[in-house]
Amino acid sequence: MISFRVNKQAVQFNDAPDTPLLWVLRDHFQLTGTKFGCGIGQCGACTVHVNGKARRSCVMPVSSAEGKSIVTIEGLTPPDEQLHPVQQAWLDEDVPQCGYCQAGQIMATVEFLQRHPKPSDEDINKNLTNLCRCGTYVRIRKAIHRAARLSAQAK
Amino acid sequence: MSKNQHTTAEPEVDRSRRKLLIAGATISGSFLLGVPIISPAGPQSSNTGSSRLGFFINILENGDVIIGNNQPEIGQGLRTTLPMLVAEELDVEWLKVRIESMPLGLLKTMDGYTWKYGGQGVGGSTGLTDNWTFMREIGATARLMLMQAAAQLWNVPLQQCSTAPGQVICASAGKQASYGELVKLASALPTPEAPTLKAMADYRIVGKPQHNKEVIDIITGKSQYGIDTRTPDMRYAVISRSPVINGSVASFDDTVTRTVKGVLDVFSIEGPAVGAPYVILAHGVAVVATSTWAALKGREALKVEWKGSPNHKDSSEKFWQQNHKMMSGQGQIVHDQGDFPATLKTAARVIRHHYEIPFVSHAPLEPQNCYAWVQKNKAHVIAPTQMPSGASRAAAAVTGLEREHIKVEMSRVGGGFGRRLSNDYVAEACIISQKTGWPIKLQWTREDDIKNDFYRPGGTHELVAGLDKNDLPVAWSQRLASASKHYRRAGVKTEDLWQAELYPDDFPQAMVENYRLEYFHNDIGMPRGSWRAPAHTANAFVIQSFLDEIAHETGQDPLALRLNLLGRVEQQAYSGHGGPVMTPGRLSRLLKFVAKRIDYAAAREKGRGVGIAAHFTFGGYAAHAIEVSVTPAGELSIERIVAAIDCGFAVNPNAVEAQLQGSTIDGISTALGLEITLRDGQVMQNNFNDYPLLKISRVPARFEAHVMNYDDTPTGVGEIGIPSAAPALTNAIFNATGIRIRRLPVKDQLRKKMTA
Repeated sequence: MISFRVNKQAVQFNDAPDTPLLWVLRDHFQLTGTKFGCGIGQCGACTVHVNGKARRSCVMPVSSAEGKSIVTIEGLTPPDEQLHPVQQAWLDEDVPQCGYCQAGQIMATVEFLQRHPKPSDEDINKNLTNLCRCGTYVRIRKAIHRAARLSAQAK
Repeated sequence: MSKNQHTTAEPEVDRSRRKLLIAGATISGSFLLGVPIISPAGPQSSNTGSSRLGFFINILENGDVIIGNNQPEIGQGLRTTLPMLVAEELDVEWLKVRIESMPLGLLKTMDGYTWKYGGQGVGGSTGLTDNWTFMREIGATARLMLMQAAAQLWNVPLQQCSTAPGQVICASAGKQASYGELVKLASALPTPEAPTLKAMADYRIVGKPQHNKEVIDIITGKSQYGIDTRTPDMRYAVISRSPVINGSVASFDDTVTRTVKGVLDVFSIEGPAVGAPYVILAHGVAVVATSTWAALKGREALKVEWKGSPNHKDSSEKFWQQNHKMMSGQGQIVHDQGDFPATLKTAARVIRHHYEIPFVSHAPLEPQNCYAWVQKNKAHVIAPTQMPSGASRAAAAVTGLEREHIKVEMSRVGGGFGRRLSNDYVAEACIISQKTGWPIKLQWTREDDIKNDFYRPGGTHELVAGLDKNDLPVAWSQRLASASKHYRRAGVKTEDLWQAELYPDDFPQAMVENYRLEYFHNDIGMPRGSWRAPAHTANAFVIQSFLDEIAHETGQDPLALRLNLLGRVEQQAYSGHGGPVMTPGRLSRLLKFVAKRIDYAAAREKGRGVGIAAHFTFGGYAAHAIEVSVTPAGELSIERIVAAIDCGFAVNPNAVEAQLQGSTIDGISTALGLEITLRDGQVMQNNFNDYPLLKISRVPARFEAHVMNYDDTPTGVGEIGIPSAAPALTNAIFNATGIRIRRLPVKDQLRKKMTA
């Protein structure tokens, strides 16, 4: 039995401990906002926060989540609260095309902005490696800068 | 990417169309054999009325309007753009509009199947152009019915009624009523003849940048993609596939697999006969389990003996060698105007170069998947597909069920790029569900996807130009040895295979009097299919590269040479792919614009260079100017990109800009790093580690995407921006380094050449 928290709720998982966290979230907890793209930690579509750090859940066995706190895209904005600034910026800039990678992009960006609250383009280039097959990078870059401004204003 | 869907505009259809419009039964299709007979006001009409006006419009009492979208959403934004057209003519507040997805609508008639909700399917950048008039008529007809209802209610002449957003007004009688109040009355009226459409000058919604309605669901994780489908009692399936193309299962040992907790069933699947037309690729062993992970672990534990394949010796190396060998002889002359050989002989100068275009994979980020539940007399399919009618056909073919008993729903699609014009994964899911009797979700892994694609064909091109004494081309030929994408396509004759690879009306055919196209088919066993802007990506690359080579070798300016050629013809015939005409001046306009934006003529420091290219496809025009820098060690940086598109009239400029940005990056990503190679009949790439899509770090912050309207006719958008991106990049590389990239992808060619 593996116990951890997902979006602030205590959960337990009682199946194969080598199951990647991604599939536990998707198949067992029906949190399908976290996406499967590659299964080898390359694309970042499965990015979630584990104790506040962005992690690629497709290569993280659920056993390693024991005692930890997981946040998925569904938990980024608590119910009835204003959108997270990163989500708001994504909305304002109309970032998504197919949208499949965007939950992962957002989760990666949220943590990135905590480390780089006023990022330069170079910071973005060095730190963000999530793949977008549609090529929404131009708008992702704009949205990251916008999110940084929104976050600064909110403080 | 032809969608085979808008061909036979029968007179009978046109005549019936107006009356059937509001019910949604309309227009033509490749399998259109007759027009269904429906009550003109649609099946919902009754004396009591309803909140629906036909299949597409639902008006709630609070004034909210729900507009149906009948087309697949693969990221092109149609679920916003098409309802904009309805809302404009219906005259409602765009902010009050919600979008609802419609399933595949087929009607069986005495003569076959026809569309219930209009043609459905996206390929060939026709999603908007096919529906431009249809969607506006739906909105205009509904608006007229609401006005008729009001006129009846108030007992005033219809001519005295007009609308303001969401309401009908009769100024002379001092009356007004909201659509919500009128809709029940309106829904019981007979469908009128389609009214006149709005003048463009009166548009409030169309032609203005609108936000995509679905972003909020995407960024909160609520959007439902195919992979997110889940129903009670659903099982999860994966397939172990032959590592060698066209290999099949000899035997398998599932002893260990069946001990994996959660594994429920294991069985083999028969694929198509070698060389025969295919709807599926799979020869393999299916593993069905209680979760995705259990199915994957079960698959890993399988021991499969694969039967030999006739393609077990196919390789990329052999492919290029065969092309080279074939091209030393005479191929199939598929287009011959003027006297190419004689003109070449007398030419003042002859320039000749070879180019190689690799096979590439589509790699949409959502791996293939499909939900299917096949029962005795019916089936239910939920799939991420570009071609729901193809999904219905695939399901019918493998289950033996009649298509009217197969319900097909379209999920949101995590990327299309042409991959999901093929519904092989739908067929597979139906086979597995039928065999087990369970509702199942088939899941492909990324490796399954990279190794089992309908690849963009690779090919070797030879371009030859004969120049006159002014160094302008008077003879031109393109010789191509490639693996036609029409290979194994039902009903395609060998002598017609070239048609998928060479487009005779492409620039500069109309500008050069003596012009010849020659084709050689390479029958390597790799499956092939349509990849965004299919052969345009290859042909634009070689033609736009070759033009630069001519310019450079004769001391001309690449832009001036292009403008000279484009300026020779005012308008030309163009068959298919956005024809019937092409206006070269529209390419000139864009070229001049992007050149100016990027300071094309400015002197640049050593190691910096700029390149331009332009191309016409699917009715649209695009040009790129790209500036790069290359270090002495061969490290390439893209410094600046200026892209421009002329899609006639941009219905949603915001969506057009997004497509231009994305297709430009797609073109560059593919040109820089992507290639599928084959050895011993096996695809050598596996996943994004060895099929490296571009990351944000290589996309410059200085990136302009300009949407430039031309007239009032929208053209295709989704594929227009890709073909000219790659040659603009490699032309810039040449300008910076003097190194000509004649083989894609660029990969480490610069580093190798500059440090050699």
